[in-house]
Amino acid sequence: MSSHEAPAIGFTHLGSEDTGLGHRGPQSKSIVVPYGFWLFILSDMVLFSALFATYASLVRATDGGPVTNQLFDRTNVAVETMALLISSFVCGLAMIAAKRKNMVWTQVWLTTTGLLGLVFLTIEIREFVGMINIGAGPQRSAFLSAFFTLVGCHGAHVTAGLMWIGTMMAQIWAKGFQPHITRRLLCLSVFWHALDIIWVAIFTIVYLIGTLP
Amino acid sequence: MSLFGKLTWSAIPFHEPIALITSLVVLLALGAIAGWITVKHHWPYLWHEYVTSTDHKRIGIMYIVLGLVMLVRGFADAIMMRAHQFLAVGPHQGYLNPEHYDQIFSAHGVIMIFFVAMPLVIGMMNFVVPLQLGVRDVAFPTLNNVSFWLTASGALLVNMSLFLGEFARTGWLAFPPLSEKLFSPGVGVDYYLVSLQISGVGTVLTAVNFVTTILKIRAPGMSYLRMPVFCWTSLASNLLILAAFPVLTATLAMLMLDRYLGFHFFTNDGGGNSMLYMNLIWVWGHPEVYILILPAFGIYSEVVSTFSGKPLFGYRSMVFATLAICILSFTVWLHHFFTMGAGADVNAIFGIASMLIGIPTGVKIYNWLFTMYGGRVRFNVPMYYTIGFMLTFVLGGLTGVLLAIPPVDFIVHNSLFLVAHFHNVIIPGVVFAILAGYTYWFPKAFGFTLDERLGKAVFWCWFIGFNLAFMPSYLLGFWGGTRRMQHIADPSWKPWLGVELVGAFFIAAAIALMVWQLFYSIKTKDQRLDTTGDPWDGRTLEWLTLSPPPHYNFAVLPDVHGEEAYWHRKQLAIERDELIPEPNYQPIEMPLNTPTGVIVAFFASVCGFAIIWYIWWLAIVGLIGAFAIMVWYAWRDEHEHIIPVEEVRKNARERRRIRQENLQTLSQSV
Repeated sequence: MSSHEAPAIGFTHLGSEDTGLGHRGPQSKSIVVPYGFWLFILSDMVLFSALFATYASLVRATDGGPVTNQLFDRTNVAVETMALLISSFVCGLAMIAAKRKNMVWTQVWLTTTGLLGLVFLTIEIREFVGMINIGAGPQRSAFLSAFFTLVGCHGAHVTAGLMWIGTMMAQIWAKGFQPHITRRLLCLSVFWHALDIIWVAIFTIVYLIGTLP
Repeated sequence: MSLFGKLTWSAIPFHEPIALITSLVVLLALGAIAGWITVKHHWPYLWHEYVTSTDHKRIGIMYIVLGLVMLVRGFADAIMMRAHQFLAVGPHQGYLNPEHYDQIFSAHGVIMIFFVAMPLVIGMMNFVVPLQLGVRDVAFPTLNNVSFWLTASGALLVNMSLFLGEFARTGWLAFPPLSEKLFSPGVGVDYYLVSLQISGVGTVLTAVNFVTTILKIRAPGMSYLRMPVFCWTSLASNLLILAAFPVLTATLAMLMLDRYLGFHFFTNDGGGNSMLYMNLIWVWGHPEVYILILPAFGIYSEVVSTFSGKPLFGYRSMVFATLAICILSFTVWLHHFFTMGAGADVNAIFGIASMLIGIPTGVKIYNWLFTMYGGRVRFNVPMYYTIGFMLTFVLGGLTGVLLAIPPVDFIVHNSLFLVAHFHNVIIPGVVFAILAGYTYWFPKAFGFTLDERLGKAVFWCWFIGFNLAFMPSYLLGFWGGTRRMQHIADPSWKPWLGVELVGAFFIAAAIALMVWQLFYSIKTKDQRLDTTGDPWDGRTLEWLTLSPPPHYNFAVLPDVHGEEAYWHRKQLAIERDELIPEPNYQPIEMPLNTPTGVIVAFFASVCGFAIIWYIWWLAIVGLIGAFAIMVWYAWRDEHEHIIPVEEVRKNARERRRIRQENLQTLSQSV
């Protein structure tokens, strides 16, 4: 561990000696914080897996209401997906800028990430409103309950991500690139990329399979 | 919709004298305690040393206090049920109407699992794990404080249902369609859902914290296979929390959507499927059993090894068995509803998987027995619990294997036989372990041991009480008694119900004696001071430091060479009649206190309360408040304070002096 890195909790200033067993004692914060955050992301993935399982078992429970390929529009979803995937790429650019401690470009790329996220959300909300207007709201059938909950839960995560991006932008602006703030930024980008992974699964399981003839 | 949603004066149970009087007594008691603290000027101490503390030991103690207080609440429900069952036989109707009785058994289950067993187990892990790993705190100390207060927030809401509105009448897992709006229109199920959601967040955060701590924050040289078994079982338990609790969150969220927004996940109409709920809730529910029992196994392992004066027999097989149980626990959920009708093949697979868990558990039992074999066993209170556990738990395990046979399960499903089975594993398994751990680590926490004589009296009351209160239920179950019955038709059962009531009285005596033991031990603590920090001739690192340990636990992180890190170090020192050379002390960084946890939990409680009573503006206020406090916390500039090297050195030298003086007595205590 390099000497200027913030030490983990309970670590002496100079660190502890290597025992030669490959166990150097507590890891540094730059390891511990992202590790903990990854665990949290994993637990979030488990939450989504419960929603996926529910969707899979209720997808045919339409109660005489509309079925998947009467509702979904591939073009719409393609645009939505592109917005989210590009936002992840831009989020990566923001991380590079932050690593170089470049304030302007970090802010620019984070703003772009947020705007693309907003585009994604707008498309999603329009889709939801359109479905509700034709009587295909979540109260219509178990299938639609599961659909709105699964996709809506992802949308709620994106919304939380947008709030987080805003908070982080303000924080970097006010406090600069302090180590603990950079660590938070790293967690934010992990979160944002994880939303992509979930979305790819939603795209495949809900929309692609759902629009098969 | 009015300003206060569904909340009106009729929410206060004026028509239910029992609930009303209980509420008044509880409020008076709380007022009296608050008054006493005010008069004695203890608020600043409590605020700085406990409420806002990020010290894992203090947080652990708060968890245990919460669990013990809620144990009294959960037990009050239990003895009311037992008394009612005894009275409501044949022509008699007892004193609880069905509505009230249903709330009581639901509250009993929810409280005992979520707000007694969970806080007690998590409290033990909090207090012990960092000490055993030879480090100074968990990975995320502030998060730890937040987790505790979110758990407390859930407990608060559950208790609030006693005097504002009602609690669920659905059983402890709120199965739909009964728990749907159509059949449970009141706030009871909402209290249940919201309080479990809030405390569930706290539990998941705890798991993130402890998995990170155990995998990433250990003393130098503490490789995986040198960790004490309690750390291994805590790791397994927290991995289970991480993988299981999100499913609970999702499931309860779906039920909330059904109830609040008219979704159709589990409803009878609209294509809903209530068996989906069964599957989902038990995908969480079965691992939950192991989330509780694995740390308990860890406690027994520590106790049996210390008091037999031997290393744990088959340490590696113990670790392997723990991880085997950890994985198998996710493969058996369907045995909770064999009667669903999934077919013979599915039932057979899940039945066999369930029986397989008996194998690693059996390995553990033999390991404990072989640890005792050939050892010089000292019969202190924790050892009483361990032996009591082994005798009774095996029976509970065997009835579990019986229940895992689908045809048998069809006969005794949801019977009193089942009730006897799970109390037979949870009370000797989890509760006895907690009591053993409480007695074992009490001197580490407070610097003096608990009174042994009273401790043994407590044990005997629990042991006899448990056996009397639940063994007859096996018989009643065989004779056709189903669970959750508010009235018992067959008068010939009355003697057995009487025996069970007597058992409940024994447990009441045990709890009363525990309170007395605590007061008596504090009063006479000078006779039982733990001056050396190692009152039991321990083998793991928590006994290396003083009792109570300094905030930072260890002046220098111990270097670990081999299993039983502390034992070897101690033997070497005794042999040479000399401690290891004095190390080079360094200043220590420790996290600052923070009120974040208690404020976040305050807003979470406000938000939860508002959701239960449909007060939407207040729910939004709660959410904004919680978000604002987190941003405020993120804006802080100082994260840690530094303990100067002089202070560290002074404390460490004092410890070394005491150790040096006591080196010979340490060896003689064997």
